[in-house]
Amino acid sequence: MNEFEPVIIAFCCNWCTYAAADIAGTSRIQYPHNVNIVRVMCSGMVDPIYVLRAFEGGADGVIIAGCSYVDCHYINGPVKCDAMFERLKGIVHTLGLEDERLRREMISTSESIVFAHVVEEMVGQLKKVGPSPFRKVREDITV
Amino acid sequence: MDRNGHRKIGVYVCHCGLNIAGTVDVEKVAEYAGTLDVVVVSRHYKYMCSEPGQAIIKDDIKQYELNRVVVASCSPRMHELTFRAACQDAGLNPYLYEHANIREQCSWVHKNRELATEKAKALVRAAVRRVFYQEPLEVKEAPVNPNVLVVGGGIAGIQAALDIANGEHKVYLVEREPSIGGHMAQLDRTFPTLDCSECILTPKMTEVGHHPFIELLAYSEVEAVSGSIGNFKVKVRKKARYVDESKCIGCGVCEEKCPWKVDSEFEVGLAKRKAIYIPFAQAIPNVATIDREHCAYFKTGKCRACEKFCEAKAIDFEQTDESIEIEVGSIIITTGYDIFDPSVISQYGYGRYENVITSLEFERITCAGGPTGGRILLKDGREPESVAIIHCVGSRDQRYHEYCSRVCCMYGLKYAHLIREFTNAKVYEMYIDMRCFGEGYEEFYKRISEEGVKFIRGKVARVTDRTISEEEKGKLIVLVEDTLLGKMIRAPVDMVILCIALEPRSDTEQVAKIFSLNQRADGFFMERHVKLDPVATASDGVFIAGCCEGPKDIPDTVAQASAAAAKALSLISKGRITLEAATAHVDEILCQGCGRCEETCDFHAPKVIHKDGRWVSTVNETVCKGCGACAVVCPTGAMSIRNFTRKQILSIVDALVEV
Repeated sequence: MNEFEPVIIAFCCNWCTYAAADIAGTSRIQYPHNVNIVRVMCSGMVDPIYVLRAFEGGADGVIIAGCSYVDCHYINGPVKCDAMFERLKGIVHTLGLEDERLRREMISTSESIVFAHVVEEMVGQLKKVGPSPFRKVREDITV
Repeated sequence: MDRNGHRKIGVYVCHCGLNIAGTVDVEKVAEYAGTLDVVVVSRHYKYMCSEPGQAIIKDDIKQYELNRVVVASCSPRMHELTFRAACQDAGLNPYLYEHANIREQCSWVHKNRELATEKAKALVRAAVRRVFYQEPLEVKEAPVNPNVLVVGGGIAGIQAALDIANGEHKVYLVEREPSIGGHMAQLDRTFPTLDCSECILTPKMTEVGHHPFIELLAYSEVEAVSGSIGNFKVKVRKKARYVDESKCIGCGVCEEKCPWKVDSEFEVGLAKRKAIYIPFAQAIPNVATIDREHCAYFKTGKCRACEKFCEAKAIDFEQTDESIEIEVGSIIITTGYDIFDPSVISQYGYGRYENVITSLEFERITCAGGPTGGRILLKDGREPESVAIIHCVGSRDQRYHEYCSRVCCMYGLKYAHLIREFTNAKVYEMYIDMRCFGEGYEEFYKRISEEGVKFIRGKVARVTDRTISEEEKGKLIVLVEDTLLGKMIRAPVDMVILCIALEPRSDTEQVAKIFSLNQRADGFFMERHVKLDPVATASDGVFIAGCCEGPKDIPDTVAQASAAAAKALSLISKGRITLEAATAHVDEILCQGCGRCEETCDFHAPKVIHKDGRWVSTVNETVCKGCGACAVVCPTGAMSIRNFTRKQILSIVDALVEV
């Protein structure tokens, strides 16, 4: 049987983490292919619905990453993201998903290595935790 | 209209030489894209960003009547604008274009060809799904008000105001203190040329005072700012001076007659001023101000000596604060710095030993117009026999400020030179590193090091009056490790000068709120880009210059002030601004007028108004930055961000989790 390859969706803010991911590329820093980046303008723009939809669709993990408090292009985006994340964490927990499946990160432009490290670490954790229970549900529904 | 609303999508996969094609099978990706719904043409090409590459897109738009375009290539941060422009050239709205990042976020970070190709396919699929829901957006323009507000009347504010006013545009210069001049007016000589600070500053101050295009609002503060780039409305509070500015001729008789003395702020407490005062001889505007807190009349209801002797009849005890509103198109913030209070470093003895003084105090002491008439004297009136200059007090120190204050090495050298020139004292420079980076600075360092000054490399441990030998008696002992000799040194001196850090103004946070600015971790205002946009800020139309952006010397401050003025002038010269098209948008049918969007927005873009008998939110698109926080908190889904709508983002998410 093939090894389980988790699918991770990363919502990255345009100004910091998306740029950090770009610089990881420019510096040829290698990280697992399992992550797919969705570009948003600000981490404060990430609606809980986006995350829940990713899980519903069968994603094994979701990362919400953006600027740190002092770097924000929009003054207070990370604070707003934190508030949303607190609510979201509760919902995801209630749905029966493991805590490892949802991560909140602050990765500034210069921290491309941190970005690669976070992806690597999360892939490792998710391989241990296994596929999202929603994958199965989804397969059952679609059949 | 069919199911796809006549959408026709073209997909273009770039090889980027071998940068992408080396890892990703671009042919397969293009082939796959061709199988996607609504894609009518799908191609791959060596360099999409080249002229011929762009021409392919333009031709296809015409030939296939494409109304959506996706390019899979490098990062959108690199070439999104290039391809948007190409679309626009071919008559397609630039917002009907979407970019898939298969270089920085795919081919460059993965080595496995098969997996990278699969990932590239997923990214292209997501871009195609997203572009399906993209709508044409209108790029709007608004006129620019040619007036400029400059906040802070130090050298930075003076320079910026003069640069703009000399171009014959109206400038409002707001200064909190009774006079403009800032810290530079307090300085004695300026390094490395040793020309007198006042001599080069005061002509500029006078020019500001008389300039037909500058309206000086001294002793005033900005209370609130609304509006946005091109059209700001600013509320300024003119504080009551209790002196009629139009009548006062600055003769100073009131000052002479006033019986009440307080510490002079200008002389940093080294001399007294009266309760009615003109802060210094060259003050602009040259009018008196009554310090309400210390005035006997305001405290006891009796005195009015100044009023009795004022021939111009300028004293007006009935004056009150006045609030005025001005309209400007851009704002330049030049609020300067505060100085570090060294008494928190108790081992240096500031406040405990009277001959431990700060650098700003020493500036006043050596200044010919200062409290000692320019003579370097100890508190008891003697001339010092030896002086220690301690560098990096509060700077480059993790306990206080990690940053370098950038001016201390140079003024420290200047002090050594002045002390050697005007006294017979022995001088110690106790430094961590000498940082002499400006024009003529290294040469100045070399010159001073040949003047018999003793340089000790090491951070001073403490200053004490506990003596252990006869020769140390009556002296202050500076304990320092000479790290070049690896030896502890006890230096007996008469005077210790602390080169104190420059720090952010204590009210930086409030000012940041008023003007919607960010602060860096060190507390200073944050520039938009540290290298490539150093005077712009996160708030469009608000520029920063001088030490409010970080410690710097006079040449750098003046250069930055002129840069900020140039930014404001370029706005004025264009006369109109392009507004962000991807702004928040309200669906008035869904909106319940709850006001959560208004609460969460830091730019004051949404506002709940009463319209057609109900409360609904409206967005001021000139202010909106499109950050999307309002859409997240909106409970009904009425608020959305153009070009980042829920449908668009969910379509990417769906496409990416599809395995």
